[in-house]
Amino acid sequence: MLAVLFVIVAACLAAPLYASRIAHTDPFSSNIRGTTLVDGKQVPVMQSQTGGLGLGVTPIGPTWDPGHYLLGADEQGRDVAARLLYGGRNSLLIGVSSAAICCFLATLIGLVAGFFGGLLDGVLSRLLDIVWAFPVYLLAISLSVVLISQGIDLGFMTITAGSPWLPVFIIGLVFVPYVARPIRGQVQSLREKEFVEAAIGLGASNVRLIFSEVLPNVVTSVIVFLPLMVAVNMLTESALSFLSIGVQPPDASWGTIILDGQQLIYTRPWVAIAPGVAIALTVLALNVFGDGVRDALDPRAKLR
Amino acid sequence: MKRRAARIGIVTLGAAVLGVIAAACGGGATSTPSSTPTGSTATTGGTDRASLMAKHRGGTLNLLAKSAGGTLDPQVNYTLQYWNLYQATYDSLVAFKKSGGQDAFTVVPDLAEAIPTPTNGGKTWTFTLRKGIKFSDGRDLTVADVVASFQRIFKVKSPTAGGFYAGIVGADKCLTTPATCTLDGGISADTTAGTVTINLKAPDAEFLYKISVPHASILPANAPSSDAGSVPIPGTGAYMFTTYDPNKELVLARNPSFKEWSVDAQPDGYPDTIHYGFGLTDEAEVTAIENGQADWTLDQPPADRLNEIGTKFANQTHLNPLTAMWYAPLNMNLPPFNNLKARQAINFAVDRNAAIQIFGGPNLATASCQVLPAGFPGHADYCPYSANPGTTWSAPDLAKAKQLVQESGTAGQSVAVVVADDEVAKGMGTYLQSVLTSIGYKASVKAISGNIQFTYIQNTKNKVQISVSQWYQDYPAASDFLNVLLGCASFTPGSDSSINISGFCDKGIQARMDAALALGVTDQNAANAEWAKIDAAVTDLAPQVTLFNPKHVDFVSKNVGNFTFSVQFYWLVDQSWVR
Repeated sequence: MLAVLFVIVAACLAAPLYASRIAHTDPFSSNIRGTTLVDGKQVPVMQSQTGGLGLGVTPIGPTWDPGHYLLGADEQGRDVAARLLYGGRNSLLIGVSSAAICCFLATLIGLVAGFFGGLLDGVLSRLLDIVWAFPVYLLAISLSVVLISQGIDLGFMTITAGSPWLPVFIIGLVFVPYVARPIRGQVQSLREKEFVEAAIGLGASNVRLIFSEVLPNVVTSVIVFLPLMVAVNMLTESALSFLSIGVQPPDASWGTIILDGQQLIYTRPWVAIAPGVAIALTVLALNVFGDGVRDALDPRAKLR
Repeated sequence: MKRRAARIGIVTLGAAVLGVIAAACGGGATSTPSSTPTGSTATTGGTDRASLMAKHRGGTLNLLAKSAGGTLDPQVNYTLQYWNLYQATYDSLVAFKKSGGQDAFTVVPDLAEAIPTPTNGGKTWTFTLRKGIKFSDGRDLTVADVVASFQRIFKVKSPTAGGFYAGIVGADKCLTTPATCTLDGGISADTTAGTVTINLKAPDAEFLYKISVPHASILPANAPSSDAGSVPIPGTGAYMFTTYDPNKELVLARNPSFKEWSVDAQPDGYPDTIHYGFGLTDEAEVTAIENGQADWTLDQPPADRLNEIGTKFANQTHLNPLTAMWYAPLNMNLPPFNNLKARQAINFAVDRNAAIQIFGGPNLATASCQVLPAGFPGHADYCPYSANPGTTWSAPDLAKAKQLVQESGTAGQSVAVVVADDEVAKGMGTYLQSVLTSIGYKASVKAISGNIQFTYIQNTKNKVQISVSQWYQDYPAASDFLNVLLGCASFTPGSDSSINISGFCDKGIQARMDAALALGVTDQNAANAEWAKIDAAVTDLAPQVTLFNPKHVDFVSKNVGNFTFSVQFYWLVDQSWVR
């Protein structure tokens, strides 16, 4: 599965090369009145129906020719294959970035809350509980609906409305409790270990204790979490984009392409199937990868 | 003050001049597609109608919509979804003829015995009320009900109170203090003679149209003086509302007090019950109709089902042109479209045929550059924004558009296209974003809920630069497009009800529109000629990108017979039969 993941990532990274050199298409421009070559003939990308009352327009279907609409066109006459690769870049970028933000914040909170305990732990834990109290998808949807048209301005950080960094920020935030809580527990356990007490006895400062004694012991857990969170976050991003509150047009992600394909599900199912398959394969590969990382870093784990 | 369609299918009133209807067919299973104009036999009187009524009366007509249409109050609601039903449930003093084809633009006497000739220089109208008409609760209709109903238009703050009815004497005070509205000097009744007199501030050539729409429905004098919401108000039509749950259904049954007085104004209907179900998706609605589980859907069939219904179910599909337009209002008070060349550039750049493709294909719309739709009073073909400028649109001129953008000095500016979040509108927005990018702007698309998009784009506080909207006629007069959409009085900064979305206000053109309105009182043909010139002048100033004039798709079940399409009120629901 690692090979599958590698191929998907490599293909997505090569999206510009495919679009400009092979498919010769701009995946972000409408091409409703354009034509393409099929079996040596120029045919319209969007084909008006002529039978019966002549209602409806159908995008060209898969040609299975990498140079000409390999997976067909969407409702704007854009090359689905090219958009799939560009969309994959966004989906992977959002998945990885939000997982990194999530794991960073969760580690920070888990370390501080677990190490210092007391009032600070109480406050931080209750904050996590509040976030956890909301169904995660509902929270992500609510935040997206509010922020997608307004953006975020926190003074030190501004994200404009419609930016792909909005879903990164939102998804990264809503999953923090799910990572922070186990890390906090692990830190609490480590805090009582002999080697930590020995370090305290030697006069180590709290900062030194956290970064030299505790953190190295929770890093493996964070590393195990990372690929799993990438998978979960990619699914969340797809859901938000499918609901039109994630990646905004003309940008694409696998979620937005599924949304585009929904209205063509009867006539051009590949528009929705292709990104669906891509998401499924990527998430499966990431989960297997995550399991492998865990096995490698924690041979005592008996979760299987 | 006017309404528009939130999406295709929830459109308002009329339809274009061209199309007419499938006439009565022999049996319910052989409804004829209306793409071939024919006359309607549904409302012609005489033996034919009596025998058809005897043969087909009864049954339940099942209608579908994704969602309900809001309040049931006929003086407040402003959606085609319910205006369509009000034709069978409420009456006004006069009415648009319940007929297929152009005849539907004819105003006929309804609760009034006849259409009077105005006196006092065209300012006074005296209507004599028919006798023997009852409301669905059994009460007799009286002149007091008529007076109270006109007062109620202002008391319930009807969306058109300040537009359609502001010309009645006393309306100004009613608009200021609606709760105590009496229309003093504007309306009076003579109980003995059974007459109602309405005094206008000035002659109005469109007065009969304005009192023919549902906002001028005559309701019982004791109707609530605020929006009745989901509680039905008794009416005088052939049907009455019996059940309304906006999350589930709306049911109409025969009005037990109804006796047909005018087949033109309020004909008896065929089905015993009309059931309107809410909540299915448009895909499910089409499937239900194909399977005979429902008879009609308000919603436009989804794009990928159009070919299917146009081929496999062609004899159940009715296609009719509308007097309506899809357009992209350009905010003339914000960059970059406060620059004439920038506005002209986008007009030259947009490929109307591409927009039509997104809408569903060339058989579903006609390209246009101007405000007035084809076949509408005052329409004269005009299109300066074409590769071959002249009377009709032929192709976009991207080179010219790019040149204009450069000349305007607006290249590189950010532009956001605000659209509703339904499939077609989003498609239009994505296409416009692509066009704007191609001519030199940094464009983006902002899709917001269809429930709020229409009011959002009207409010200047939201700083909308360009949007996608639709406009469907209220009644067949050029002013209903030009003066309403682009008149100075329709622009109210900071308001959600500023239907002049472009913020267009040209004093010279406004003076010409006022003059054309006045001219219409004495010489409608001359007025229409003037409206044609005004249309061209407005088009030259490019306050909007007119995309196309749409057609309407009605997909009915095989059970439905006698499908009759009124160019004014669309499908005459109760004039179809299901048995």
